[in-house]
Amino acid sequence: MQRLARISFQASDDSTTQRTLFAYVRTALGQTFGYSALLLVAVISLLPLLWMISTSLKAFGREFLFPPQWIPNPVVFGNYITAFETSNLARYFGNTLMIAVLATLGTVISSSLVAFGFARLEFFGKRVLFIILLSTLMLPGIVTLVPTFVLFKTLGWIDTPLPLIVPWWFGGGAFGGAFFVFLIRQFMLQLPRELDEAALVDGASYFRIYWRIMLPLSKPALAASAIFSFIHHWNDFLNPLIFLNSEEWRTLALYLRFFLYTEAGGGAGLTRWNLMMAASVVMLVPVLVIFFSAQRYFIRGVALTGIAGR
Amino acid sequence: MASRAAPLRPAPPAKNGLRSIRWRRHLIGYLFISPWIAGFALFTAFPMIYSLFLSFTKYDLLGPPEFVGFSNFERMVSDHLFLTALGNTAFYTLLAVPIQLLLALIMALLLNQKLRGINVFRTALYLPTVTPTVAFVVLFVYMYNPEFGIFNAILGWFGIPKLGWLTDPNLAKPAFIIMSLWHVGGQMVIFLAGLQAVPETLVEAASIDGAGKFRRFWHVTVPMISPVIFFNLVLGIIGSFQVFASAYIATNGGPKHATLFYVLWMYRHAFENFRMGYAATLGWVLLGVILLFTLIQFAVSRRWVYYEGEGA
Repeated sequence: MQRLARISFQASDDSTTQRTLFAYVRTALGQTFGYSALLLVAVISLLPLLWMISTSLKAFGREFLFPPQWIPNPVVFGNYITAFETSNLARYFGNTLMIAVLATLGTVISSSLVAFGFARLEFFGKRVLFIILLSTLMLPGIVTLVPTFVLFKTLGWIDTPLPLIVPWWFGGGAFGGAFFVFLIRQFMLQLPRELDEAALVDGASYFRIYWRIMLPLSKPALAASAIFSFIHHWNDFLNPLIFLNSEEWRTLALYLRFFLYTEAGGGAGLTRWNLMMAASVVMLVPVLVIFFSAQRYFIRGVALTGIAGR
Repeated sequence: MASRAAPLRPAPPAKNGLRSIRWRRHLIGYLFISPWIAGFALFTAFPMIYSLFLSFTKYDLLGPPEFVGFSNFERMVSDHLFLTALGNTAFYTLLAVPIQLLLALIMALLLNQKLRGINVFRTALYLPTVTPTVAFVVLFVYMYNPEFGIFNAILGWFGIPKLGWLTDPNLAKPAFIIMSLWHVGGQMVIFLAGLQAVPETLVEAASIDGAGKFRRFWHVTVPMISPVIFFNLVLGIIGSFQVFASAYIATNGGPKHATLFYVLWMYRHAFENFRMGYAATLGWVLLGVILLFTLIQFAVSRRWVYYEGEGA
């Protein structure tokens, strides 16, 4: 305050200082406004997740109080143990993990091969093929839902994890997969061509260039693809719903929905929201771990495709 | 195309040798993209053609598909739920997407400030987007509960009586739109990248010319990020037309068909009643509707999307 007063005193006889004072106050006001607006949005943004965690720690019955109990009292960590003990949560977790990991592996390997082809090699019809690849990004996947179901039923793959994994080993040929090819290709285009040209002169094969030069250099794009892909498959609901029906292969997403409908709708029973939220947190944890450990790849990846998309 | 660029190189002595080398290069190119070609044929092109075929048949998965001409289309037009489902979906899309984009842009503008600790805020604003849809929808079912839900508790602070968010037909769709606002992180990050690509010299130049904050935003920033807005708009509309999981889990189409969205309706025909032919028809019709919306946007975009370097 004193400093402000001194500045304003000086300002009275110097127009330059006056402008400085004005700028100073404006910056201070602007920053205060900026921080408060951000804080407000951040609180609203995180509120549902905090509520999920809070509910998961409540004693049975406390989750139905109105007005709600914001902070659980008592805190019941045992809900997590109960959630695992009263269901096959561990198995569903394992199923989801296996599907997500295998699909992601296929996505990264096959998409990077295709991306290398489009980024570095020349062949007839390359431009047309790439336009087809891009246009599949805009096609609504829903139109192939029925025919792919019929296809997998004919193959006898219904109620196995194969329909959720195998298409992702085909370099973005499955719906939405072209995204990964696009992302990795955009990244590879930025890499200096001198590197692979030098290797060619030295007699390296294209596959060697792909494997030894391009792949190691494209690590950020590969990491971004792997993260996107993993989270996509981990969170996916529609495809497991259609292709899996027995309890043996149930995923976490299917379980949460199943839980809601059996315990809530069945008879006089009330939904055990605390257990439900504990199971939700269990499903959320791997996503959060990946998100926080690889955040820089994640956000750069979104930006890369968005900017390139124009 | 680079295959045309070959004459620029010094011609090797043996003509046959050149041809075989060139062929080999094309072959290697195809080899690398072959997973995609196979995948595209198997999982995109074939299903689409097969789906078109199915849409002219009656098929319950038990017997072989039975050709029925245009009767699936006739049935759809006379199906009173067709307009309900399409109308619900269009209402949801046309309201949700602009609100989502506006919110995402505001959040991106807030994150584009040069403030200390901005990364923490970026994480906080992005985090809900990675939450699994099912976990999120289930959570919102709990939060929307008319008796003990958190939304009604907050409204209570302002003296607003309890609302039946998911049980009132007039409120259900708005409730879904509100829920979707927690998943705009993707659009937000894309906007943020767009904002950061706006050259500062341009903004400064406008500032020297005496343009205020608002005019700088409207006349410099918005045109510069218009391609990004367009990108988000097109993909946002395509995605919203396919809204499914939230309605399937939270309301199963109720109350009074207020949240019977198109894909949910189609899902019921296909996987609850096994009318594969009819469901294939519905899929193709939705594709047509989405395509129409996309083409309209591309046509209109010439009036408002500014591409740097175009026509220069």
